Amino acid sequence: MAKSANEGIKDASNYLRGTILEGLANSATGSLSKDDQQLTKFHGIYQQDDRDIRKERRKKKLEPAYSFMIRVRVPGGVSTPAQWLDMDRIAQEHANNAIKLTTRQAFQFHGVIKSNLKKTIAEINEALFDTLAACGDVNRNVMCNPNPMQSKVHGDVLKLATEISDHLSPRTGAYHEIWLDDGTGEKVKVTYDPPKIDDIADPEEPIYGKHYLPRKFKTVIAVPPSNDVDIYAHDLGYIAILEGDDKIVGYNVTVGGGMGMTHGNEDTFPRLAEVLGFCTPEQAVAVGEAVVRVQRDNGNREVRANARLKYTIERMGLDAFREEVEKLLGYKLEKPREFKFDDNGDRYGWIEDHKGNFHFTLFVENGRVYDTDAYPLLTGLRKIAEIHKGDFRLTANQNLIIANISPKAKPAITKLLEEHKMIDAHERSALRLNSMACVSLPTCGLALAESQRYLPDLVSEIDEIMEEAGLRHDAITIRMTGCPNGCARPYIAEIGFVGRAPGKYNLYLGAGFAGDRLSKLYAPSIKGTDAPAILKPIIQDYAKNREDGERFGDFVVRAGYVKETEHGRDFHKDFVEPQLAV
Amino acid sequence: MSSPNLSPLPPEREQLAQQLAAGLNAEQATWLSGFFAGIGFAGGATGAAPIAAAPATATKQPLTVLYGSESGNSEQLAGEIQKRAEKEGFKAKIVNMGDAKAADLAKAENLLVVVSTWGEGDPPDAATGYYEEFMGKSMPQLANLKFSVCGLGDTSYEQFCKMGKDFDARLSELGAERIFDRADCDVDYQEPFEKWLDGAINAFPKQEDVASAIAATGAAPASVVYDKKNPYSAEILDKVVLNGTGSNKETLHIELSLEGSGLSYEPGDALGIYPENSTADVEAILAVTGLKANAKLGDKTLAEALKTDFDITSLSPAIALKYNGVVGDKKLEKLLAKDKKEELKEWVWGRQLIDLLEVFPNKNWSPETFTGILRKLNPRLYSIASSIKKHEDQVDLTIAAVRYNTHGRDRTGVCSCYVADDVSIGDTVRVFFHSNKNFRLPENNDTPIIMVGPGTGIAPFRAFVEERSAVGANGKNWLFFGDQQFSYDFLYQLEWLDYLDEGSLSDLTLAFSRDQKEKIYVQHRLLENGAEVWKWLEDGAHFYVCGDATKMAKDVHQALIDIAAEHGGKSPEDAKAYVDALRKEKRYQRDVY
Repeated sequence: MAKSANEGIKDASNYLRGTILEGLANSATGSLSKDDQQLTKFHGIYQQDDRDIRKERRKKKLEPAYSFMIRVRVPGGVSTPAQWLDMDRIAQEHANNAIKLTTRQAFQFHGVIKSNLKKTIAEINEALFDTLAACGDVNRNVMCNPNPMQSKVHGDVLKLATEISDHLSPRTGAYHEIWLDDGTGEKVKVTYDPPKIDDIADPEEPIYGKHYLPRKFKTVIAVPPSNDVDIYAHDLGYIAILEGDDKIVGYNVTVGGGMGMTHGNEDTFPRLAEVLGFCTPEQAVAVGEAVVRVQRDNGNREVRANARLKYTIERMGLDAFREEVEKLLGYKLEKPREFKFDDNGDRYGWIEDHKGNFHFTLFVENGRVYDTDAYPLLTGLRKIAEIHKGDFRLTANQNLIIANISPKAKPAITKLLEEHKMIDAHERSALRLNSMACVSLPTCGLALAESQRYLPDLVSEIDEIMEEAGLRHDAITIRMTGCPNGCARPYIAEIGFVGRAPGKYNLYLGAGFAGDRLSKLYAPSIKGTDAPAILKPIIQDYAKNREDGERFGDFVVRAGYVKETEHGRDFHKDFVEPQLAV
Repeated sequence: MSSPNLSPLPPEREQLAQQLAAGLNAEQATWLSGFFAGIGFAGGATGAAPIAAAPATATKQPLTVLYGSESGNSEQLAGEIQKRAEKEGFKAKIVNMGDAKAADLAKAENLLVVVSTWGEGDPPDAATGYYEEFMGKSMPQLANLKFSVCGLGDTSYEQFCKMGKDFDARLSELGAERIFDRADCDVDYQEPFEKWLDGAINAFPKQEDVASAIAATGAAPASVVYDKKNPYSAEILDKVVLNGTGSNKETLHIELSLEGSGLSYEPGDALGIYPENSTADVEAILAVTGLKANAKLGDKTLAEALKTDFDITSLSPAIALKYNGVVGDKKLEKLLAKDKKEELKEWVWGRQLIDLLEVFPNKNWSPETFTGILRKLNPRLYSIASSIKKHEDQVDLTIAAVRYNTHGRDRTGVCSCYVADDVSIGDTVRVFFHSNKNFRLPENNDTPIIMVGPGTGIAPFRAFVEERSAVGANGKNWLFFGDQQFSYDFLYQLEWLDYLDEGSLSDLTLAFSRDQKEKIYVQHRLLENGAEVWKWLEDGAHFYVCGDATKMAKDVHQALIDIAAEHGGKSPEDAKAYVDALRKEKRYQRDVY
């Protein structure tokens, strides 16, 4: 079988250079060539356009309103106040006055036009962040639990996240050549110099080689009992195993999780990661590299829809995959250790750690930081960043922790939180606090239906039903994506909506509250507007007949609304035509 | 008829002609002679050219496989159709709606369409432009086409397979022959698709069955001559504001039908439009003069006459003089004094007739005395923006709507806002052609040309490039365009991008004045590219300028002299002489206003 189209593009790209420079110089269009659009993803840049006005512009004989989304890699999601101020300024000067906090602890800018692209990337690098490998077929931003309560543990996992991120960064010089050359040959400074790896086989790209990985690759580190990073949804994961309160003795390594699938193609499915074995902290980076190399050599490069690690493991079997990893390592992984996750959400508001410092977790609906007259969030956070001495931490749920506030600094920060109406941003229904949506329309090219512009309204409607049923304070995870690729990880939400067509969604139910069980299709292609009526009897049933402490996702399985999905490969099985209330 | 039979017609046609001629009166006969002359004059270009061109030998029958795909299903099925058709002895060509023009269907003989429906009855995104063109008024007739359609859809939507249905109905409406019934396929499309393909592919006549048939399309009688005195009422086929939402500008693209008029034009020509005054302007004049709208003036009401016949907005010292000849206002008389010429000119600037009527009022008007001081409403000329070789029976214009406010009053350009505000698609406007021999493409198709056309100055260059593309000219074409903002004001951007791809445009240099702190205009870009411009001129390039006369054309003229001086190593005088010589040789032509 022939290689997929993207493999050809990578092959011809000369280590991700392509014709990006020529494309930037072409002033007649705001877009880049199709192939270069695939390559810029490796540089953290997605070409998009405002799909709301596509038709209108075509009629006006204008090309689509092209702009670029830039994803900033933030290992572990930690940013200094100075970096926050830089992001804030870039959002206002070059983007659409908003900072998007992503589901993977990254910053995102939208609406950057081609002629501003180079300047923006350079300024991001001056802020000591970069965008390389934020997207593309490589290891992307490495996430870790923001964990303000255990500062030593957080320090350790953040260090590991950074090390893995650095180690698995592409080594190609393309990024610097294209974006950081100011014309005089002087390079703008960057976050780090990737450690050298001497590999004679491919000196330019020793780990990846010129074809990089078959598909994207996502890595996270979790610290139980919190699964806020959604470890089961990722290609590679590390579950910290603690001795006592603050000593990490090693990690359970997980592999083969992933959300994306294709509508109508049952060979594609979301899959939860499995535990591969246990490694010591010293082994963690090498284990990661070995997993990457095995996927590099065994992943499917013919059918892109089946290229992720989860399908490689499905095909090879976990044991055979482990053998390959161990062969590269030259030693065996230990048996996995015991661990337990309770949930995958955030704890909002103030907490005090054992040292007496304070941390404020701010609810940011859909991760969108922007100003409205009623809620000047962008301004408020700018004011805080101007005086804050601690740091900012992006959570995997698109929220923001203003971390490490000393007791002395707390009153001033509290005042700003109050003035800008952030202090009670989390005084919402438990449903809304556990909601998450991807970007989708109008900018995402993959979107089939609305998501972040729509979920807040839908949650309001479902909230009324929850309120009536007396469930205002009961947390149910609810997530929506505009397409089946799963950016907001909808298949591990207790209620999941996945876009099919304008206004239409597949409704999935029955995932585990801690993101530890996949959901099942309950109703295909329903109208979004019918969703409240469809969910109403189920929610009422749950309120009346749940067992003590029983989660919504567990209840709908026990009550028979959907069959349990025991494994990703069974995701499409056992669908039962529902008796819908509409 | 007993005259000797000199007819070149075969006997059965001869008989038809005899039948037709029998019992005609003189007028009918004259008309018919013009009709046939028209066919002859068109050099047989009407009629059956595509079929006649089909070789009678046993070469394969052509088949066009047209698809519009969102998810890739239709695309895949198009591939299956092609494979099957090749087996059945067709020469099948796959055409993606995403990168084709609907009008090209006129060249097809056999057509299979597979198209999916998206969302609530929408075309696949990439096919939207194609669909709009296909459903639009400028589609040619498709009388020589045989077709069948397969729609893909999802019965859970109200508008199931709407695209398939639309294509099917519209093809039939355009005169094409449906040789096999449409299939509407649900999500499980494979089986119904194969059934349809079986039926459809066998329903096309086999090669040996294809008899040459003559499809006469309606050629117009050449007897009526339309000109400035007898303007043609052209239907508006399309009208769109080219500037994107967010622009400060309002530039209209207008497409007018010439079908049946017998009219034609050359690139560089202008089109005259007879405007009508706005109803608001007419009402304001009636109110301030106290005249009645329904008062009679000849065979029209006064309101009608003011709307269509008289210039009721322009104000000049001459009109003021004429006005006061009737009104005899003392104050106005002072302003009109011979030694006050400058003051009068200044007062008139930015004012219109309505201001004169308000400031120096008079209530004793009759329709005759009032209209007696007015000039006739004159047509306005616009540089034509199309080549008739690209758009058969059609003429396009690029018009900037003129709107401004002076002396506390909103003003509108009579003709531009007549087109912008008062007429819509389907309405007619009265037009005539105005030849412009001083703005012509080089006779030699190999001669390179440089075109400088910011704003609506782009119009004739769209015509030039279309023409050169249509005739396959080899000469290089370099366009300098400028406007305010890249994102909103890049007039005809999609077309230029296509021409760049296709090679009909060799270079495109852009100047957007408001995209950066310093204002950048076309003359700056010319100077930046001076060495290359000079090289082109030395290679014999013709240099064209169209657009604003007051500033742009002067700056461009100076830039041209500067280029000759700097890159031609000439003294200022010699550089000027060089440019003058270009002009004399007709290598430097301008259409400025």
